[in-house]
Amino acid sequence: MTRVLPIIVAAILTNNFVLSKFLGICPFLGVSKKLNTSVGMSAAVTFVMVLATAVTWPIQTYLLDPYGLGYMQTIVFILIIAVLVQMVEMVLKKYIPPLYSALGIYLPLITTNCAVLGVTILNIDEGYTFVEALFNSFAAGVGFLMAMVMFTGVRSKIADADIPKSLQGLPITLIAASITALTMLGFAGLADGLFGGM
Amino acid sequence: MWKTLTNGILKENPTLRLVLGTCPTLAVTTMAENAIGMGAAATFVLIGSNLVISMLRKVIPDKIRIPAYITVIAGFVTVVQMIVKAFAPEIDAQLGIYLPLITVNCIILARAEMFASKNTVLASVLDAVGMGIGFTAAMLAMGCIREFFGNGTIFGMALTQGHIEPMLIMILPPGGFFVFGVLIALANKITGKPVTNTGCSACGARDFCGQAQKDACAAEKKEEAK
Repeated sequence: MTRVLPIIVAAILTNNFVLSKFLGICPFLGVSKKLNTSVGMSAAVTFVMVLATAVTWPIQTYLLDPYGLGYMQTIVFILIIAVLVQMVEMVLKKYIPPLYSALGIYLPLITTNCAVLGVTILNIDEGYTFVEALFNSFAAGVGFLMAMVMFTGVRSKIADADIPKSLQGLPITLIAASITALTMLGFAGLADGLFGGM
Repeated sequence: MWKTLTNGILKENPTLRLVLGTCPTLAVTTMAENAIGMGAAATFVLIGSNLVISMLRKVIPDKIRIPAYITVIAGFVTVVQMIVKAFAPEIDAQLGIYLPLITVNCIILARAEMFASKNTVLASVLDAVGMGIGFTAAMLAMGCIREFFGNGTIFGMALTQGHIEPMLIMILPPGGFFVFGVLIALANKITGKPVTNTGCSACGARDFCGQAQKDACAAEKKEEAK
């Protein structure tokens, strides 16, 4: 457990997926206009991230590595994620309709979300154990949620501002994202500082 | 034919006009050299996947075309990963996780869906080459700007070192967002046609994400109409 806390703090604050690793920028810029869509998308991403890790980690460790198939990682992982997203969609639709109506519309977008493939590969690259990998995926999702919610707040302020013509739309959104990313720099070294002795 | 090639470089530049593949654009452009490495790798995958998908366009059933495209793309990404690991290990270390993530780069899937699945092999390859060059050029521009201001060098060549203190912030994440925003603003100014489509309409997956089109996108359009 001693490694789990630093992993969680790092994934949420110091190495935030969106604001310092640039994973999942498309939904970050795309669906962050409204608070409820931001939260819905983030919840769906977190859910799929944890589920994808729970499936890909054992496959890498017990199937790909022992048989020297490590080079198949990219193909295997992306197909697992694609299948998983489809299955989750079907299961939710059939058995948990309220959850489906909340998350369902975001699910098809998640297959090509680089944050999901990114977190599964990172878990392997970092050499995390199964439990650490699950916590890392969950924390990465929470970090994603935090960035989305923060940015939705920032964007709602931009909506009323008087912006030069060339900067309207995407450019000003990116510059606002730049300032939002600045805040995350404040956490640099936090995980080492807090848990350095552990 | 010439138009197909230049379309991706200027008129529909994937990075600055279509705003696809933003993740690698922001992540690897801390140095001009990385931008070239990433651009070359993505261009290779783009050409390979467009070639194969346009050849198979009459064979792949419509209903499972997206998984089929993703498999083809992931195959080419694996080839690139192996080549880069073998011949340019330092580039591999620099690009890290962003190399396998080319698989989910929306530029490649978007071109497969919008172009390669409807056009001849030759046209698809030309489109891939144009898109690849456009992507690489935009990333190179960003890489040069960020490396120059953030480190005082371009391609590792010292330019202002010792004279001007480099602005470290430019090679940190906020600098990435900032330079990208300014470049798009510049492209808006030059072309006179601003990229206003954020949200669903900006998503590379918009054409094949049937569900989102029905619900989320429709809801978004209604909101905008109001």
